[in-house]
Amino acid sequence: MTVTAERETEVVYPDPTPPVLGGFQGLPQRPGWLSQHLGTAAIGAVLGYLLGHWLGNVVASGYTNIADSGVNAVAITGGLLLGVFGWLLGIGALNYPLAKMVGLELRPDYESTSWTRYLRYTVDHKVVGLQYVIGVLAFLFTGGLLAMGIRTELLSPSSHLFGPGTYIAIVSEHGTIMMMMATSVIVGPLGNWLVPLMIGARRTAFPRVEAFSFWIFTAGYLVILSALFYGGFPTGWTGYAPLQTQAGGGMMSYLVGFAVIGLGMMAAGFNLAVTIINYRAPGMTWSRIPIFVWSILATCALLTLATPTLVAAGFFGILDHTAQTAFFVTEHGGSSFLWENLFWFFGHPEVYIMALPGFGIVFEILPVFTRKPLFAYKVAAAGMVGVALLSFFVWQHHLFQSGINPDMRPLFMLTTELISIPTGFIYLVGLGTLYKAKIKFEVPMLFALALFFNFLIGGITGVFLSDVPVNVTVHGSFFVLAHFHYTIMGGLIFAFFGGLYYWLPKMTGKTMNKKLGQIHFWIMFIFFNLTFFPMFLIGLLGQPRRVFEYAQNLQALNDFSSVSAFILGASFLVFVANFVWSIFIKPTPAPANPWDSLGLEWQTPTPVPYYNFERIPVVLSDPYHYSEENAPAVADLGEEGVLVAAGASSPASVAEDPRPPAQ
Amino acid sequence: MTIDNAESEGQGVAAEAVIAQPGKEPRHIWRMVAIWLVLSAVLDPLFYILVGPHVPPGTMTSAAKDNQFDFNILLVAALPVFLAVWVYLAYSAVVWRASRKGAPEPVGGAQARTHLGVQVGWIVTTTVIVLGLFAFGTVEVITKAGSGGGEGPNPIWTPTSATILPVQVIAQQWKFTYRYPTFGGFESQQLIVPNNTTIAFHVTSLDVIHGFWAYELSIKADANPQQDNVAYATTRQTGSVTVRCEELCGLWHGAMFNYGKVVSKAAFMAWAKSTEAGTAANTKLLPPFAYTYVPDANGSDGGYYPDNVDPYSNSEVYGAKPAAS
Repeated sequence: MTVTAERETEVVYPDPTPPVLGGFQGLPQRPGWLSQHLGTAAIGAVLGYLLGHWLGNVVASGYTNIADSGVNAVAITGGLLLGVFGWLLGIGALNYPLAKMVGLELRPDYESTSWTRYLRYTVDHKVVGLQYVIGVLAFLFTGGLLAMGIRTELLSPSSHLFGPGTYIAIVSEHGTIMMMMATSVIVGPLGNWLVPLMIGARRTAFPRVEAFSFWIFTAGYLVILSALFYGGFPTGWTGYAPLQTQAGGGMMSYLVGFAVIGLGMMAAGFNLAVTIINYRAPGMTWSRIPIFVWSILATCALLTLATPTLVAAGFFGILDHTAQTAFFVTEHGGSSFLWENLFWFFGHPEVYIMALPGFGIVFEILPVFTRKPLFAYKVAAAGMVGVALLSFFVWQHHLFQSGINPDMRPLFMLTTELISIPTGFIYLVGLGTLYKAKIKFEVPMLFALALFFNFLIGGITGVFLSDVPVNVTVHGSFFVLAHFHYTIMGGLIFAFFGGLYYWLPKMTGKTMNKKLGQIHFWIMFIFFNLTFFPMFLIGLLGQPRRVFEYAQNLQALNDFSSVSAFILGASFLVFVANFVWSIFIKPTPAPANPWDSLGLEWQTPTPVPYYNFERIPVVLSDPYHYSEENAPAVADLGEEGVLVAAGASSPASVAEDPRPPAQ
Repeated sequence: MTIDNAESEGQGVAAEAVIAQPGKEPRHIWRMVAIWLVLSAVLDPLFYILVGPHVPPGTMTSAAKDNQFDFNILLVAALPVFLAVWVYLAYSAVVWRASRKGAPEPVGGAQARTHLGVQVGWIVTTTVIVLGLFAFGTVEVITKAGSGGGEGPNPIWTPTSATILPVQVIAQQWKFTYRYPTFGGFESQQLIVPNNTTIAFHVTSLDVIHGFWAYELSIKADANPQQDNVAYATTRQTGSVTVRCEELCGLWHGAMFNYGKVVSKAAFMAWAKSTEAGTAANTKLLPPFAYTYVPDANGSDGGYYPDNVDPYSNSEVYGAKPAAS
């Protein structure tokens, strides 16, 4: 009684050997050492940085303010921007437009099967997805290490491990890295990898844009890390403006980094949105697309619409530093409120960029491990779209005490609390799916259920924060910190790991170790809660965010939180061990559909062929018919490879399929 | 269970009903409701009575007391929601787990279908809760003079008290100082305010954004350069006050705190008068009192100049009645 895709696919692909490493038609085949990969990207970045820095020094070193301060923001900005450009040039992201510019054609870029393709600029969405997995994990673990530094410092209220400058640099770097990572943590790896497969497409709409989004994302990672090289920046991830204008070279890494990541976010969102709208297989109607695709679509709308505000704000900040404009300089006619509003106009949709894909993942996982259809599919989709729409109208709840006129406060309290209605839909769908189910507690399911536990705490404390009077007590305190760690880490990161345990067998063709997965989950779940729940109390008892000194009476709670945080950090080592062990050291081949899922992505052979589907499938129903034995086929995959639903002993007929076959 | 896929769901329900043996199937929802009701009925009052009075920020000012009350109301409203979801999750995990062995069986029949009434009920309930909380919060913030939050330069929710003591909070990297305009505009390193008095905190900054958080007073207002941010509280008890900066303001943000006091009116008058006299020479060197200050752009003497003069108004003179007109 399992879903099988036993059909042997015999797809004729262009011969992958010898690997054709791009290059230009009409020019001789370039030798292997000239091929473009991570190494040439690094060389390009270094050369670009040096050139930009030199140019900046030539142009601006004579300015009075630069001579006085000794920090040449022009040179740093130029270095970082040209460094990013060199990185893209080195990896080959610009080959296509450059070739077109000089009237050359690129050689057809056949997929190489060598592992080195993961170090190259490649347009296969599955390779890009796995590149993203490694990329966001590097991001996540870097930010996590910095968090360990913060918790170590907070072990003692008054004796210090770091100087105040180092501490504030660590705090700012942690926040910024995590926020940058979290915008892409699901859209990048799972969105790029899964969406084309889930909607029955052979590729994303703009494969070069998709690859570009990854490589500029990695460039953003390097740029934001470079802040440490300039002594860090003191503003936290929010980058509030008069302080930002005052800050030194590290601030340029923040501004350029966010602009660069912003470009990547827009590229990724735009590409996937277009893919979802235009590349659905025949029969893949809006009421049949998997709910994860709905969540990605809602997220992509936010990515493409909210991010430009951030890039524009960052541009103002860069101008303030380099061209001596005064967007944020009060005494020259600027405003300290301008950045706050621009930033949060992006920043609040951004937190839903982080929440929505998590919901999508758990909704994919729940039906599989309850053997039930998703409860109220339309409500789930409506909830995601509703959250996405409302998220543009709540940003001033970050600014309740900021000194803006208070007239609009009730309105923003209302919109913020209204968001809990579509968010409540998520719970309706989740809990409804569990009703009288047959729950199988596989590792992905554990993570999915944990999201409902954690996000409840994060969500309801969000209502506390939205209440203007209560906000006076909790704003800017550890209460806020606990709240958004509960939503982002407790929601998104749990969903991300659930998604990894769920889809890695398909993505890599290897089975993750279940025991280690369970150990990872339980340590992570228990110590996540033990780390962050005390922070609600710490905040209520009066500890502001981002401080290195706190009241003596809060030491016990802080130490408890710190020690839990160290164990929480260690739980990720279990994941890394599992990942390395199960995929590289002792790989166990995974069956094509280990969870008996009906999702279209599981009906492909493992490893998924380069073009995903031999023939574009004709979709016959939504993929949640777990309740019916002999359910109608989800999709017609062509030839004898007719997809069958759970429990069917023979392939269901597609004779009654009213739609014409795919072209 | 062999139901043809092409058959209507009605038959599925019938077959399910036969197999499920309705007499033996426990009424899960009612069980959960019962557990939830008992837990809520016990824990809600328990929290309100035992935890409520200790909820920060205490009762030192009217604003603190109001915010404590608001927090407790939200807590009482939130607790049953927490319990409902947790009871449901725990119940499902215990009762509805699949057998460990064998391939998963599809869950068919009525429980696999989406129930319209449940959806409508859920949406109506959450909407009612949300609108109720919104109405409550709005009434509280409007009638309680902004609940101690900074209202910007033009406050619209103001206290009714006839006498309001203005105290200016000047934030700079990395300390708070306080000026008392009704006492000649002297500047103090320590926040001292009288008991049983309505106080208007005028919060401003000389450099970057800071956050003035007088924890026990339940006052929170961002300090922006060249911006007056007003917050109100009426003191109710004497005691000491912790002031912390709650917006990241740079290197020593973590060390930007000091302590203040709420003292009796008589003690305050004595302190203010003596400090005013004692620091008169220093006060002359300060820029004249203003609601906001701007750095001297030319840097000729490195001083700060008042951003707008004429900050005084009769109604704000401490101890004086407002002007008749």
